Amino acid sequence: MSQSYNRGLIEDFGRWREFEAGMWAWIFHKFTGWVLIGYLFTHIAVLSTGIPAAGASEAAIAAGNDVYTQTIVSLEGLLLVRILEVGLLAVAVFHMLNGTRLLLTDLGIGLDAQDKSFYASLVLTGAITVASVPTFIAGAF
Amino acid sequence: MAERYSSFQSGGRMWLLQRITAVFLLVVLAFHFFLLHFVHHADEVSFLASSGRMEQLSYYSLMILFLVTATFHGVNGVYNALVNQGLTGTKRTVIKWTLVAASVVLIAQGIRTANAWAGIGLY
Repeated sequence: MSQSYNRGLIEDFGRWREFEAGMWAWIFHKFTGWVLIGYLFTHIAVLSTGIPAAGASEAAIAAGNDVYTQTIVSLEGLLLVRILEVGLLAVAVFHMLNGTRLLLTDLGIGLDAQDKSFYASLVLTGAITVASVPTFIAGAF
Repeated sequence: MAERYSSFQSGGRMWLLQRITAVFLLVVLAFHFFLLHFVHHADEVSFLASSGRMEQLSYYSLMILFLVTATFHGVNGVYNALVNQGLTGTKRTVIKWTLVAASVVLIAQGIRTANAWAGIGLY
C-alpha cells in the first residue's frame, strides 16, 4: 500500500531548520552553480581585453604594455580580487566534489553513505581552500 | 535519505548531457585551475604567455571545448533550476531563448578572444 504525504513546497527556505543533509547539498550545489556561471560570463568579459591587445605593437606586447596584460596585472594587484579568487576556488571545489558525489549517486554507488559523503565534500573543500591560500595570495602584497 | 534532490527530470536527454559535460568539466576545470594558479601564477599573466599557450592546437581546441561544455553545463543548470522553481508557459519560452542567445554570445566572444591569442585572423 502506497501512501502520499504533503511535504509542502520543498523550495520554501523558511523551513531551513527542517532541512536534512541532502537538502543542504542541493542548495549549496545550486548556489555554487549560479556563482560559477556568473563568473564564467565575467571571466570571458575580462579576457576579451585580449582582442584589442592583439593589435598592439610587438614591442608593447613584449614589454607587457598591452591592455590585456595591464588589466590582469592591475586586477591581480588588488587584495580584494585575490580574496574573491580564493572564494571562487572554494565554490568550484565544492561544486566539483559534490558533483562527483551526485554522479556516483546516479550510478547507484554509495547510496547508503550520502550524508557522510556530503560532509566529506565540505571538509575536503575547506582543506583544499585553506591549503591553496598561500598560492592564491602570493605576490599580492 | 530516501528523497531525491535534483533540479532535473531523471532520464532525460538534457539530464544525460549535463552529466557527460560534468565528467569532462571535472577533469578540465581541475587542469585549468592547476595550470593557471599553481604552475603559472596569477600575477605573472601576460598576453605573451597566454598567446604562447593558445598557439598550440591541442591547448586551443581543449579550451574551446572547455568553453562550450562549461557554457552548456552552466546555462542548462540555470534553466533547469528555474523550471524546478516553477517557471512555465511564455515566461519559460522567453527565458529559454534568452539563455540560448546569451550562450551564443558568450561562446562567440570566447572564440574571438582565443583567436586573438592564437594569432588566428578571425577576431
